[in-house]
Amino acid sequence: MEHQTHITLPKGSIEKTTTTLNIGPTHPATHGVFQNIMEVDGERVVSTEQTVGYIHRAFEKLAERRPLYQITPITDRLNYCSSPINNMGWHITCERFLKLDLPKRVDYLRVIIMELARISDHLICNSIVGVDTGAYTGFLYVMQYRELIYEIYEEVCGSRLTTNIGRIGGFERNFTNTAFTKLEKFLNEYPKVLKEFENLFARNRIFMERTKGTGGISAERALNYGFTGPNLRAAGVDYDVRVQQPYSSYQDFDFKVPVGTTGDNYDRFLVRNAEMYESISIIKQAYQKIQEFKGTDAEVYHADVPEYYLPKKEDVYTKMEALIWHFKIIMGEINLPKGQIYSAVEGGNGELGFYLVSDGGRTPFRLHFRRPCFIYYQAFEELIKGGMLSDAVVTMSSLNLIAGELDA
Amino acid sequence: MALSNETIQNNLIEKFGDQVLNFSTASGILSFESSKEINLKVLQYLYEEPSLAFTFLTDLCGVNYPDNLGAELVVVYHLHNFSENIRLRYSVSTSINETAVFTASKLFESANWMERETYDFFGINFIGHPNLKRILNVDEMDYFPLRKEYPLEDQTRIDKDDEMFGRG
Repeated sequence: MEHQTHITLPKGSIEKTTTTLNIGPTHPATHGVFQNIMEVDGERVVSTEQTVGYIHRAFEKLAERRPLYQITPITDRLNYCSSPINNMGWHITCERFLKLDLPKRVDYLRVIIMELARISDHLICNSIVGVDTGAYTGFLYVMQYRELIYEIYEEVCGSRLTTNIGRIGGFERNFTNTAFTKLEKFLNEYPKVLKEFENLFARNRIFMERTKGTGGISAERALNYGFTGPNLRAAGVDYDVRVQQPYSSYQDFDFKVPVGTTGDNYDRFLVRNAEMYESISIIKQAYQKIQEFKGTDAEVYHADVPEYYLPKKEDVYTKMEALIWHFKIIMGEINLPKGQIYSAVEGGNGELGFYLVSDGGRTPFRLHFRRPCFIYYQAFEELIKGGMLSDAVVTMSSLNLIAGELDA
Repeated sequence: MALSNETIQNNLIEKFGDQVLNFSTASGILSFESSKEINLKVLQYLYEEPSLAFTFLTDLCGVNYPDNLGAELVVVYHLHNFSENIRLRYSVSTSINETAVFTASKLFESANWMERETYDFFGINFIGHPNLKRILNVDEMDYFPLRKEYPLEDQTRIDKDDEMFGRG
């Protein structure tokens, strides 16, 4: 974009015609700890350099000294807006690596939890886009519905944000009736609220003018930059890991993959919005399927894998075998098979991959997390170059950058 | 024509002969290796050959095998062909004393930061990289922390030796 520079300096001057502006590491516009050093000419962004790593916690190194089940709490802290997806992604990676078969009911329960997490992730992202365009109302309003999701997590696993939900092989306990009641409450109340939330923004003239045509990217560039998830789909590529490489029985569900065309902030908003409706539909289907289990099948919440799944506490006190497994699991004395695996799930921001290398020890020899937002954040400069500074802020939030996932 | 692991393997062998080696399939993903000198040729061929079209770089990371003398560091590329929905793992190894590997960032923009990360943790020197500096760790750091020579635990502790982790 050609434009006139705002400052004209006398010939031979050593002064710059641009201003250097630091956004971050802690700044209301970054929604997380990362820094942007921008060169701005008036209000136009000339260039930017992104700095990440402020909350780097060496997860990949930590994982090399932990048995598999102790790595789950680490994955919580990647994308902490949708921790359950990270947890499940890690369990699924382990189960694929160890070649464990899971009962269908466990798969469906997991689908419910993962889709709830996707809704809470997209809800935060979209409402933050609203905040950054000047509409705080939506954000405050939907918070109480995210709260309903957190209450369901709490009922299932006991915690809310960093969930550590489930185990390798299933869930730590069966879903209680209260959990299902809370799920029903959520399914009843949430669609109406989502519709209201959509009405607040989707055809709102101020919102549209702020977001349409800003932060756009073509499908080719998005692919070259390694975009995945809603950001890639907004650019028009219908890649979704749930469809391409189904895990946790996603092939049993009927859902659409919404795509956009221009890859701009508005399309990203619409794609996330449409995905929330699809998630509601998936949860309803999964709940339906769960209710169809009868008799003992309706009580199944984990696979029968004593090497990896902790026995019941009362069995530990009364049965020798359970005591042995309990000890071996807790002490991390289970040797893994040799080999390597790459396994991915559709996280809140895109393809969340786990590359696990095992040399036959008790801990991973190497574990690498493919964090989607680390990979697509490098496109930020290209997305905002030549645009207004205020659009850069909206672009930053509509990319759904989560510091925990950027830095691992 | 559907692309399968066998056709990829045959295609690569036809093109590169015995320069590509150690084909194996684990969990459905074909993996192979080559010498580090031809990594760009292989990646470019995988990218540009219409019947392969591995145009998406899913992941790039390093692994350190301290016991493989002369090939201690490995760079692993995970590629994806979206239209055929098939993944591929390609790796090149390099000596820990001479860590130069050609950069893939000209082919994939996404490789830029992933190579910086790999440099940051393993010290692999990506030749031709536009901005090869540390990304997650502090700039002042003078070692590459994910190499196996830097154990995680405090070395003065005797209650956590390797034996307890199955590597006696």
